[in-house]
Amino acid sequence: MLNRCIVLLAVCFSSAALAEDEGNGTLLPAAANAKWKTECSACHIAYPPMLLPERSWRKLMVGLDKHFGVNAGLDDASAKEITEFLVSQSADHVQSRRAQGIARSIAPGVTPLRITETAFFKREHNEVRAEVWKRPKVKSPANCSACHTGAEQGDFSEDRVRIPK
Amino acid sequence: MRKRVWILAFCMSANAYAATPQEALQSYSTQAKQENSAFKEFSARAGETFYHAKHKPGGKEMSCATCHTDNPKNTGKHEATGKEIKPLAPAANPERFTDPAKIEKWFKRNCQDVLERVCTAQEKGDFITYLLSIK
Repeated sequence: MLNRCIVLLAVCFSSAALAEDEGNGTLLPAAANAKWKTECSACHIAYPPMLLPERSWRKLMVGLDKHFGVNAGLDDASAKEITEFLVSQSADHVQSRRAQGIARSIAPGVTPLRITETAFFKREHNEVRAEVWKRPKVKSPANCSACHTGAEQGDFSEDRVRIPK
Repeated sequence: MRKRVWILAFCMSANAYAATPQEALQSYSTQAKQENSAFKEFSARAGETFYHAKHKPGGKEMSCATCHTDNPKNTGKHEATGKEIKPLAPAANPERFTDPAKIEKWFKRNCQDVLERVCTAQEKGDFITYLLSIK
């Protein structure tokens, strides 16, 4: 009984801490790399590097010629610069509770290439019905800014969510 | 004084990257001559045909117009992500074809995605000539 109380108490505390953490602004790095911003936001928003671990970004960056069915190839110098930036700001390199939580939610042997495949993403979106993802204005779970009106600024807080009809 | 030097340096560096679409055409024209000794000139009409020509990469029908719309003065839409693409025609978007590295980067990507091969200098020149002809 006592054990159960302690677990419950711990859950309450941790979710309160998470809620507080979620409230404070941006998921984007304080100092953005200009090349990363330009190149990675050409076809979609520049996803916050913190949402994937180092191994994911490294794997993604060597496969840009076939990037989810599209050729997104870069010159070697740009690819190198962007990879270094992504790695330095990845889930396993940023010293915040949230980043560490994201890193922990991905099993060590797995290297997800899609943010939407991570346990963290799924947990955060578990209340979104399948039908919502398919709405024409949403199009895909990769289209963050369809619902997160502050996505481009890295602001994914609840109060800036507007789900299109 | 120091500030002035910085401003000057900035202007010079900005200049170093800026090019005109005509300069890009000039460079493709040199390449086209190397690729084909019979090359004469670029054609807006051939560029227009190229822009609308349909291909079937991976079994899905596509042309330049799929993302850039039938009128290159319009804002386009990325086929997979839905993100807006600024107009291709310089008449609607003067930034187009002013950065040689950017031009090559997108020809390389899009020719591969749509035509499943690299484009020739003739095709690139025709394409830019067509887009410049749109007023």
